[in-house]
Amino acid sequence: MIAILAFYLFATLTIVPAIAVIFARNPVHSVLWLILAFFNAAGLMLLLGAEFIAMLVVIVYVGAVAVLFLFVVMMLDVDFASLRSGFTKNLPFGIILAAVLAVEIVVAFASSKGGPAFSSGKIGAATQPNIVALGQLLYSRYLLPFELAGLILLVAMIGAIVLTHRRRSDSRTPNIARQIRRRPEDATRMTQPGVGEGMKL
Amino acid sequence: MIGLTHYLIVAAILFTIGVLGIFLNRRNVILMLMAIELILLAVNINLVAFSAYLGDLTGQVLAMFVLTVAAAEAAIGLAILVIFFRRRGSIAVDDVNRMRG
Repeated sequence: MIAILAFYLFATLTIVPAIAVIFARNPVHSVLWLILAFFNAAGLMLLLGAEFIAMLVVIVYVGAVAVLFLFVVMMLDVDFASLRSGFTKNLPFGIILAAVLAVEIVVAFASSKGGPAFSSGKIGAATQPNIVALGQLLYSRYLLPFELAGLILLVAMIGAIVLTHRRRSDSRTPNIARQIRRRPEDATRMTQPGVGEGMKL
Repeated sequence: MIGLTHYLIVAAILFTIGVLGIFLNRRNVILMLMAIELILLAVNINLVAFSAYLGDLTGQVLAMFVLTVAAAEAAIGLAILVIFFRRRGSIAVDDVNRMRG
């Protein structure tokens, strides 16, 4: 009973904020709705017994991706009102397309029942915690894809830094290489001015 | 009793909302990226639901990889967005014609 209640709670709180994300007027509100949707999707995954993925969704989506969105939305001084100009124009077409897609998914699911069914797998009682089982799988059979995923993240990180980094001309950061290259001979000059002649600078 | 179908329906609705969001906010790149995140979340729910139903952890491993790619895609997409805004002072998709493609 409590599981059914929790499912409908999480499902509703995933779908309603998702609708609010695409209809909100203010993009900051959109991001905040997105965070709510992510939290409740994590709740859905918890109900399925996938604790590790649920926590990963909270950490990666809410902690990194949503905050990144929030930063960018707040940093860019964009006139968001003008960006909504095509909204009502696209609305009928968009809803028709979404309806077609939804029907398509339902048909695909219904037709999959006619074909060879997958094993009606009874979920065996978990002998070990989800995270232990996942870790053993990840570090044995899926080791190479796991390392490649790390490589993808590294490339994304370097790419984001290279793309957004800019050398400002008006800042006064010291040129360290030039400072180190500087020799005493270049910086100082020995002169022996005669009496009463003064210094020539 | 909550079965596989319930989770698949939730994921299908979420996926459809994501596609609708891309079509409705044709000019706002940030909202399009958020809609893509919603679509990837729907895919993740599907993967985890099937994984739990079939008693096979491979689906959860795949969900993790989807999560990785989603994070990388958001980072790169937003970085491109930031430099585009710096150059053009706008993020409207209609203005993306620099390369005359």
